[in-house]
Amino acid sequence: MSLDLRPLFPELAVVAASLVALVGDVFVRGPRARMAWPVAGVVAVSVAGVLVWRAGDAAFGSLYARDALGNALQAVALAVAAVGLLLARDYLVRTGLDRGEYYALVLLSTVGAMLMVASQDLLFLFVALETLSLPLYVLAGFARDSHRSQEASLKYFLLGSFASALLLYGVALVYGVAGSTALSRLAEADASFPLLVGLGLVVVGLGFKAAVVPFHAWAPDVYEGAPVPAVAFMSVVAKVGAVGALLRILPATVPHLLSAWQPLLAALSAATMLVGNLAALRQTNLKRMLAYSSVAHAGYLLIGVAAGSDAGVWSAVYYLAVYGAMKLGAFGVLTFLERAGVEADEVEDLRGLADRSPAAAAAFAVFMASLTGLPPTAGFVGKFYLFTAALEAGLLWLALVAVATSVVSVAYYLRAAYTAYLGPARAGVRVLRAPWAGVGLGLSAGATLLFGVLPGPLTSWAQRVAALLR
Amino acid sequence: MTVPASAYLLLSAALFTLGTVGVLVRRTALILFMSIELMLNAVNLAFVTLARVHANLDGQLAVFFVLVVAAVEVVVGLSILVHIFRSRDTVDVDEVDLLRG
Repeated sequence: MSLDLRPLFPELAVVAASLVALVGDVFVRGPRARMAWPVAGVVAVSVAGVLVWRAGDAAFGSLYARDALGNALQAVALAVAAVGLLLARDYLVRTGLDRGEYYALVLLSTVGAMLMVASQDLLFLFVALETLSLPLYVLAGFARDSHRSQEASLKYFLLGSFASALLLYGVALVYGVAGSTALSRLAEADASFPLLVGLGLVVVGLGFKAAVVPFHAWAPDVYEGAPVPAVAFMSVVAKVGAVGALLRILPATVPHLLSAWQPLLAALSAATMLVGNLAALRQTNLKRMLAYSSVAHAGYLLIGVAAGSDAGVWSAVYYLAVYGAMKLGAFGVLTFLERAGVEADEVEDLRGLADRSPAAAAAFAVFMASLTGLPPTAGFVGKFYLFTAALEAGLLWLALVAVATSVVSVAYYLRAAYTAYLGPARAGVRVLRAPWAGVGLGLSAGATLLFGVLPGPLTSWAQRVAALLR
Repeated sequence: MTVPASAYLLLSAALFTLGTVGVLVRRTALILFMSIELMLNAVNLAFVTLARVHANLDGQLAVFFVLVVAAVEVVVGLSILVHIFRSRDTVDVDEVDLLRG
């Protein structure tokens, strides 16, 4: 067996950039020279993004395979990494955290997500999941001297490892039944009690990463404590990996067991939407509010998994891309605010933003509208596709829950957007100039509006995923 | 006398349950961490047993991956713990509670 690394060139490009940032940081001094790391990271993920569309085969035996679903989600993960790096730079310089490790960890975590969505074997999936998660635990604690950041890191680590262990036991059970951890063997397995328990544990493990109720308890605490740019990145990349893996395992591999897993996934989806949106209503801290919003969106994404149809799969891929743009943007606005050297993260701190930085306030309003699902933003189109997929799959009640919770979510999203247009500004809150983050914010806002006004190209791109799946 | 495979699987399930209960009821981060390691090792036992049942090496191979990942988790986890202990002199998760949801 020869080792053909060509399919892995995109991942290798990103790993190379992370190593350059990690090692180079020892030699490079001065803030100006350190601009090299975010630039190198963005260049590497762009190169990788191009390579994704050229490579096309299996690697590591049959553990890893490039296919349409993997390519599409890898492209999303790379775009998320690029914007995530842009949003981080100004914040890191300001808070004295500007070190090569940050960029290296973001890139390594991206590689984990890329491997995860392309894996063809449950064991490989587990290793990829850890590659995704371990850098995120460190990123959560990246503000090393902040007690809140340390605590976020500890909580994320303990609960994340616990979830990984559950997933792994599920993999062992599946292996016991199928005699192999390969997804191709799982696809031929008949329904049996240990197999279903094993799959259930795998779903639980991935549900933890995607912050699905009832495994979401870590999310608000971790998001509140971790540095904003790290939260922006992790809230999206973990979902790309986890939801991508769920799509690959459930609708793509075991459609013949649909009757067994569809009720479970639909129930998880409904519970996640309800708890996430209702809890978000009560939050006064913007990071916590966005954390619960992130929980709620895990529920919307699960609709695509629960539908179990081609339409469900491509709607979920579409929504993951859109979710990335709007969530990165929403957290990105927070990197502009500061109170006495620390993050200003209360909803009330947004007051007067429109007077001091009209562009940031306008972008924030776009993100909030999109998270709610209002036209003409991409969030509306994405939710429309997902709800339609639920209806076509005969899950009318799930679609109704989704619509009802979206209506509820208007209250807190628009309250936050409205606050940004109320004056005067709160005493002590400063709005900073952040050119790098401005570029990242512009890209996210542009994508959110573009895919809302012209959904055609992204839709046909996402639909190709489903067409090539089987 | 040979011990049947089911006995090993039961032991594995028992260890895994012990680990899970440990994570849910204990309050010291270090013990939580040990419980997670116990869960991972229970999984290893299951993999090895099932590899023998299926008479293929996939399960034994899995153990190597799990061992490596567990070692990596220890590195990251202990460095987080040591860092917190240095700045606060405690790793009791009830006292590390600035964030409450």
